[in-house]
Amino acid sequence: MSKTLTETTTWFLACKTSDVAENLGACVKYKDDQIAIFNFSRRGEWYATQNLCPHRMQMALSRGMIGSTLDNEPKVACPFHKKTFSLVDGHCITDEHECRLKTYPVKVEGDDVFIGISQDDINMDAYGF
Amino acid sequence: MKIVIIGNGMVGYKFCEKLVAKMNRTHVNSITVFGEEIRPAYDRVHLSEFFAGKTADDLTMAPKEWYAENNITLHLGDPIQNIDRENKTVHSYHGITIQYDYLIIATGSAAFVPSIPGVEKKGVFIYRTIEDLEMMTDHAKKAKTGAVIGGGLLGLEAAKAMIDLGVTDTHVIEFAQRLMPRQIDDAGSDILQAKLEDLGLKIHTNKNTLEILGGDTISGMLFSDETHINVDMLVISAGIKPRDELAKLSGLETGQRGGIVVNDHMQTNDPFIFAIGECALYKGMIYGLVAPGYEMADVVATKLTGGEKAFTGYDMSTKLKLIGVDVASFGDPFISSDDTKSIVFQDAVKGIYKRINVSQDGKYLLGGILVGDAEEYNMLLQTTKNKVILPPHPEDVILGSRGGSEGADTGAGVLSLPEAAVICSCEGITKGNICEQVIDGAETVDAIKKCTKAGTGCGGCVPMIKDLVLNTLKSQGKYIRNVICEHFNYSRQEIFDLVRIKKLKTYDAVIDEIGKGDGCEVCKPAVASILASLWNDMVLNKGLDTAQDSNDRYLANIQKGGTYSVVPRVAGGEITPDALILIGQVAKKYGLYTKITGGQRIDMFGAHVSDLPDIWQELIEGGMESGHAYGKSLRTVKSCVGSTWCRFGLHDSVSFAVQIENRYKGLRAPHKIKSGVSGCVRECAEAQTKDFGLIATEKGWNLFVCGNGGSKPQHAVLLASDIDEETVIKYIDRFLMFYIRTADPLTRTATWLNKMDGGINYLKNVIINDSLGICEELEQDMQRFLATYTCEWKEVVENPELRKRFTHFVNAPKEKDPTVKFETVRGQKNAADWK
Ligand code: SRM
Ligand SMILES: Cc1cc2nc3c(=O)[nH]c(=O)nc-3n(C[C@H](O)[C@H](O)[C@H](O)COP(=O)(O)OP(=O)(O)OC[C@H]3O[C@@H](n4cnc5c(N)ncnc54)[C@H](O)[C@@H]3O)c2cc1C
Ligand code: SF4
Ligand code: FES
Repeated sequence: MSKTLTETTTWFLACKTSDVAENLGACVKYKDDQIAIFNFSRRGEWYATQNLCPHRMQMALSRGMIGSTLDNEPKVACPFHKKTFSLVDGHCITDEHECRLKTYPVKVEGDDVFIGISQDDINMDAYGF
Repeated sequence: MKIVIIGNGMVGYKFCEKLVAKMNRTHVNSITVFGEEIRPAYDRVHLSEFFAGKTADDLTMAPKEWYAENNITLHLGDPIQNIDRENKTVHSYHGITIQYDYLIIATGSAAFVPSIPGVEKKGVFIYRTIEDLEMMTDHAKKAKTGAVIGGGLLGLEAAKAMIDLGVTDTHVIEFAQRLMPRQIDDAGSDILQAKLEDLGLKIHTNKNTLEILGGDTISGMLFSDETHINVDMLVISAGIKPRDELAKLSGLETGQRGGIVVNDHMQTNDPFIFAIGECALYKGMIYGLVAPGYEMADVVATKLTGGEKAFTGYDMSTKLKLIGVDVASFGDPFISSDDTKSIVFQDAVKGIYKRINVSQDGKYLLGGILVGDAEEYNMLLQTTKNKVILPPHPEDVILGSRGGSEGADTGAGVLSLPEAAVICSCEGITKGNICEQVIDGAETVDAIKKCTKAGTGCGGCVPMIKDLVLNTLKSQGKYIRNVICEHFNYSRQEIFDLVRIKKLKTYDAVIDEIGKGDGCEVCKPAVASILASLWNDMVLNKGLDTAQDSNDRYLANIQKGGTYSVVPRVAGGEITPDALILIGQVAKKYGLYTKITGGQRIDMFGAHVSDLPDIWQELIEGGMESGHAYGKSLRTVKSCVGSTWCRFGLHDSVSFAVQIENRYKGLRAPHKIKSGVSGCVRECAEAQTKDFGLIATEKGWNLFVCGNGGSKPQHAVLLASDIDEETVIKYIDRFLMFYIRTADPLTRTATWLNKMDGGINYLKNVIINDSLGICEELEQDMQRFLATYTCEWKEVVENPELRKRFTHFVNAPKEKDPTVKFETVRGQKNAADWK
């Protein structure tokens, strides 16, 4: 969410706040793409990243466990081999050589949760591989 | 200062890494690397793991970005073609000319290919680069029989690779009279050969290849003894040849049998040019291993950044990896002179051979050989290198101390090593370095890895690092808190007690009250397990769901590709025809792969997450329930048919197994729990490999505890003999609850017992004699659990809110994950292989 947003961002209505259980994630379908969205209610924050875990190319991050590092950086652990990724900028915390996750801005208005898609994302390949 | 490096292999990369760490930017203003291969340096030592599914990326030492971030210009796929020493420039294949102040040659070596007629044929390979492996993989698809020339360290690795590639009919051809002639002696080699033959390899020693037969493609090999074999594929691994061609061309001094001659500072006869790694010839020796290469890199990096360091030779001890047989040699493996003695231990049944060479006075270890069991390799190597005084009976170092008091210190522990002992030979980190870092606050193995890089190479030294960390902390009078992770300053047992006393019921309540931060993938499942053991609330209730490990959260095991497996409980392995039919029907309807598991039940694989509740519903309607295959909880109680059918059966082992499985089903614990009940001592239910197991006797039952299968199998030990069923249940209740209260997270009962002060005698005292006075409490805990058991699947099936969560897309609940792919194998579907 540290990205500066340009006007080219389109806000896409992903789900209702109640669709994602507290402190858990869910997967959102956006065109042919899959986005993992996290309701980090313990911190009062929402995050979104690509759903694809770059380690073994598994569509799994939405089913991962969320938590934080010692420096209080929010993170998600992939259910497959427990590699952890920053929810803020998507870098892999457990393995510096692992690819970075794509992250998306999220905004909540009333009960509606929106994911911000920038122009580049829209042109991106379906699954990034 | 301008530095140019020729060769971006393991040592060339390590040099860059060391230089960057040591240098001061004002001195070095440019670093340029030329590599002949198209990818940045990768881990050649673990090249064979390519066949086990590692990708080129996994093997990369550092990605291209690393070089950019450190201002290193990297030219890949662009070999240097000549060195102009007069003008101090190098010229590359693509036409780049660049000036250097210092030039580092790290061109490594090439495979040595003997001049046998026919080596140019298709299907003949060498084994050095990722490209070699890619070509082999391709060719192996059509090959049935294979051969490797060379029975040394690399040749055997190549032979294993052939097997992994599916070329299971493989020959190893060795010119010398034994395998690994440089590392091990005749007796060790015999044992190794027998073990490799068990793996299916055909070993030929004393064999000289005359010709490679075939047309365009290899079809066979002819030997000097006039025998021949048919092969479709051949890997030549007969040794290495240093890549000194550039050096020769520019007039640098090279050795007669190859290699660039260097002095103690790795300097060639041109003081501005250094050579390191496998291309360097130091005192007549080529070092074909990575650790000495790294040491050479360190010598040059130190020198160029103003320090002083000399190369003084390097130990050539090695351990063979991968092949499935432990082989190691260290120090001087062969020595035999008047002032040395050898101690040899040989067990032809188990295939173990150990030899140590000891000084005449019995005080020092000089070297040795280990075949079949090389667990002590690291310790022995350090004992040799550091001249640690041996215990009074030197044989103890390979046999363990026998007789006398149990567990006596063999005297060769990591603590007895001097400060200068090199613990991590890949990175050259000493015991002193590690202990210093521990004192400075790096109090975990991970922290040590981060700040020293020790343990990040082959990983063989990690157990020693662990011991060093613990012992250094202890010696500083620090109470070693076995804390579960950074979010809790408590051990699992402490958390268990606090949660119980404070009556905490949700994960957030626990972390708010006694932890800090937001938790993580380590403490969440551990706390979730404690909460479940204590209160037995439905694991998906609000506040508990967030802390479940992924499998518990979906009440199923996640599989490759993202689908799930479903395992209904089949207590004691006893199943009715109706239940079998039901499983068959459900599997057919939802397109699931079925397999009989090792736990006497049936697993259905490949279920989409959104199908899970429907599948469970059908199983539940047919009278089945969750088998908790996903939980750290009771899995299966295996049974044999016992007295109901078997002519030897003493009691009804099936009924008892069913009763036990139903009693403890769903019980959450620090790790999974398995059991078995056998009807007589023939032990067909393998009760002695289980966390708790029962064997029928004439007078009742023998109760065994703390056995384990898995990677470190361990037999269970007898807790009580000839007891009746009621006593069995009482003891198991106490045993399980005591385990649940006191074990560390993810610790099976065997490991728990191994770490317990006082061992089995202590445990017997607690369980049978109630030495802690807690047995009544333990039994009550179990009663409370029994009264609250429910089937988790059923709760989801009946609860629309929970059911809603079993979808792949929140915003398209009816759609399945379109990326899930299957293949067909033997008429059933399988998960498509991952990338
Ligand atoms: C399905 C099955 C293999 C099969 O096709 O037969 C199996 C499959 C898995 N086993 Fe196993 N084990 C299976 C019987 C065994 C047995 C045999 C037995 O129980 O008699 C053992 C050795 C006995 C023992 O545990 O002491 C066994 C020792 C392990 C271990 C090593 C445990 C250890 O203490 O070293 C693991 C790893 C772990 O738990 O950390 C493991 C882990 C796994 C995992 C969970 C790996 C994973 O994380 O994905 C596999 C899950 C597959 C799935 O999703 O369903 N599995 N596993 C068997 C299921 C039995 C069942 O009905 O529940
Ligand atoms: C399958 C296998 C298993 C092994 N297992 C072990 C083991 O278990 N333990 C162990 O200690 N060692 C092992 N080794 C040996 C270890 O890999 C080498 O000791 C190590 O790679 C040597 O590093 P290096 O940088 O000197 O050479 P290399 O890693 O070979 O790198 C040299 C690089 O220089 C390049 N080059 C050559 N000429 C030029 C030029 N003119 N211009 C530009 N670039 C050039 C080459 O293409 C190559 O990329 C193994 C080797 C193999 C092949
Ligand atoms: S042994 Fe167990 S964990 Fe390993 S592959 Fe087989 S099923 Fe999976
Ligand atoms: S697939 Fe995500 S960690 Fe391996």
